[in-house]
Amino acid sequence: MQRIGVFVCHCGTNIAGTVDVAEIVEMAKPEPGVVHAAEYPYMCSEAGQNMIINAVKEHNLSGVVICSCSPRMHEATFRKAAEKAGLNPYMVEIANIREHCSWIHKDKAEATQKALTLTRAAIAKVQLNSPLFPDESPVTKRALVIGGGIAGIQTALDIADAGFEVDIVESTPSIGGKMAQLDKTFPTLDCAACILTPKMVDASAHENITLYTYSQVDKVEGFVGDFTVTIRKKARSVDFEKCTGCGACSEKCPSKKSPSEFDQGLCTRPAIYTPFAQAVPNVPVIDREACLKFKTGKCGLCETVCAPKAINFEQEDELVERKYGAVVMATGYEPVSLDKFGEYSYDSSPDVITSLEFERLTNAAGPTGGALTRLSDKRKPKSVTFIQCVGSRDVTQRGKAYCSKICCMYTAKHAMLIKEKYPDIEVNIFYIDVRTPGKAFDEFYRRAEDEYGVRYIKGQVGKVIDNGDHLQIQAVDMLDNKKMELQTDMVVLATAIEPVESAKSIATMLTASIDTNNFMTEAHPKLRPVESPTAGVFLSGVCQGPKDIPETVAQAGAAAAKVIGLLVKDKLMSNPCTAKPDELYCNGCSVCENVCPYGAISYEDCEVNDHGVREVRRVAQVNKALCQGCGACAVTCPSGAMDLQGFSNRQIQAEVDAICR
Amino acid sequence: MSVANKEFKPLIVAFCCNWCSYAGADLAGTSRLAYPAEVKIIKVPCSCRVNPLFALRAFQKGADGVIICGCHPGDCHYSTGNYYTRRRITLLYSLLDYLGIEKGRTHLEWVSAAEGTKFAATMNKFVETIHELGENVRLEDLRCKSE
Repeated sequence: MQRIGVFVCHCGTNIAGTVDVAEIVEMAKPEPGVVHAAEYPYMCSEAGQNMIINAVKEHNLSGVVICSCSPRMHEATFRKAAEKAGLNPYMVEIANIREHCSWIHKDKAEATQKALTLTRAAIAKVQLNSPLFPDESPVTKRALVIGGGIAGIQTALDIADAGFEVDIVESTPSIGGKMAQLDKTFPTLDCAACILTPKMVDASAHENITLYTYSQVDKVEGFVGDFTVTIRKKARSVDFEKCTGCGACSEKCPSKKSPSEFDQGLCTRPAIYTPFAQAVPNVPVIDREACLKFKTGKCGLCETVCAPKAINFEQEDELVERKYGAVVMATGYEPVSLDKFGEYSYDSSPDVITSLEFERLTNAAGPTGGALTRLSDKRKPKSVTFIQCVGSRDVTQRGKAYCSKICCMYTAKHAMLIKEKYPDIEVNIFYIDVRTPGKAFDEFYRRAEDEYGVRYIKGQVGKVIDNGDHLQIQAVDMLDNKKMELQTDMVVLATAIEPVESAKSIATMLTASIDTNNFMTEAHPKLRPVESPTAGVFLSGVCQGPKDIPETVAQAGAAAAKVIGLLVKDKLMSNPCTAKPDELYCNGCSVCENVCPYGAISYEDCEVNDHGVREVRRVAQVNKALCQGCGACAVTCPSGAMDLQGFSNRQIQAEVDAICR
Repeated sequence: MSVANKEFKPLIVAFCCNWCSYAGADLAGTSRLAYPAEVKIIKVPCSCRVNPLFALRAFQKGADGVIICGCHPGDCHYSTGNYYTRRRITLLYSLLDYLGIEKGRTHLEWVSAAEGTKFAATMNKFVETIHELGENVRLEDLRCKSE
């Protein structure tokens, strides 16, 4: 029989407001095995923890039940306290009477009754707990960053500067991401390229950073400290070692009709191309779908003009397998598709563009050399109208319910950029709310309105009609509560942003969770915002939620700090809640081996002592380093030989029995 | 809630996987989304840890409903655990049907860590279903009754 101590937390009034804590203490005392029960306003505080430690020593406790918040919150805290008291940390069980009880029930009698049941279940479980001891597993001192935008670059630089090796996998031919496409950045109007390109060069030149551009993650195996990742280096058709980046191939390429991804399709690029002038690495790729050599077998002009003989049409995808201790998701975002937003005439009118397209139009390195012209007739517009929240804060099924966060600020920036260059152009902005929480953000927006004379109209646009010469906007002015019509020459849509499509499949490979909008889930939304619930997977940038560049860089640094904290360790303590077979009952049927997702179960011929009879039998063996403790094997085992430590059959049944008492 | 018999307080055992549904239940709590106190949650590492026998045990001991929650297909922390759950629970349905236990008393639902709203809604709906089905007497081992 265990000697159990029950400790009930008030959590201020969070628990004590709806649960009669004193009654829980009284009712717990007569439970089997309970030798001590106490309450405290804040069990997680130092005084609360000391109370537990002292009680363990004083009453010689062998098991502890804490009735408090979710184990996801403070299980680790209380396990550490138990360890300090000399108790095995796995002799602690938590009854979640806050998130699962006091916070959702209003009736005090009902909530107290439920809290008592949960406490009894935890007591019943701890009766059957046994000390568990984690194994040590080695840490591969190398990190993988998926995504080469500003988030990935900053994370990689910070990890590399701490002395660890980092690989960046980027799907496009160059690192740089969305920030490379931007013209200026708010609220300082720094030139995006001027502050980004040095970082891109730093990343490529850093002795600890390896870039895998035009590459993707194909497979992920393993777990924290020991991931094995297969990277597919897509065939560039250009020899990386030989290419000097002279650009002769792109210049001579006769197939120049492909829309430029970097310029948002506003202009074309050759079939052999680097996405932009400052691309890192400055090595072109051949777009095999556009290349005449690949399509018709004729051409090969690039091969002829390439002096260092770098063109290689026979190149194939290369698979690289590498080991990592940590993985950082930095996959970023895409503007949402506007297919479902027909009212803005985006598909039918060339003069209706997205904000990202506007960035390219106003960029000196863009398709028009920075000159603002209508795409339809190359005329300079007399009036430009911005529409905010296109697809954001949209609770109909076609849009995103969340705020994309960056649009209010970049729209103010766009308006200012127009007014700086062309003070005569009239600028209107339709908005629902102007959201400018950030350092120097509101001042920036007010400057746009007050100093630059940008007209802000609170209202929603119902329709944009292209009548050739002009665009006609039908809208509602919400302040005057009146319908209004506006004639303009160009419309810019502040399109909502969403995680890139591949984020979901990569998250699945990493067994990291995503939310309903495909943003990565944090281990804790407030206290562990850069970690995924999956150990060893970290989050950087917009893959976790919409954010601007300073926030992205800050989060990238935070993720790097977490990675460094992991990689400096030589050994990791593994989860001791692993499967354990009973050799006496195992009949060697291999069913458990088949369901194990980690290949942790193997079979060995072992000598078994079956009631005095010694014989050699084929029995299951669990590799504790590989077992992650899901319990699939324990359920599938037909003879009941396999069990999961920490969540054994008897423990769960005891909980069921206690609840059904 | 529309309840025919106000006296009937069902007993419901919920198994929630540590990575998605238990966190979803936590989020429901943090967001103060109410669901009936009859639902008592047991944490398991993965929904595939739930042996169908646990459900039978619960019914035997007097539970009126058993609900199992896991990560959405494809999102399992252990890659494939919830696929096993899905198959096992399908078999459990058949067994319970054979035993004459209404199918509605067991339920399998996918709830992610971000779906606090869905967790609360699922529990509300399930408790309503159990209210409609009434007390479970068919599998209950009367020897387990204290009186």
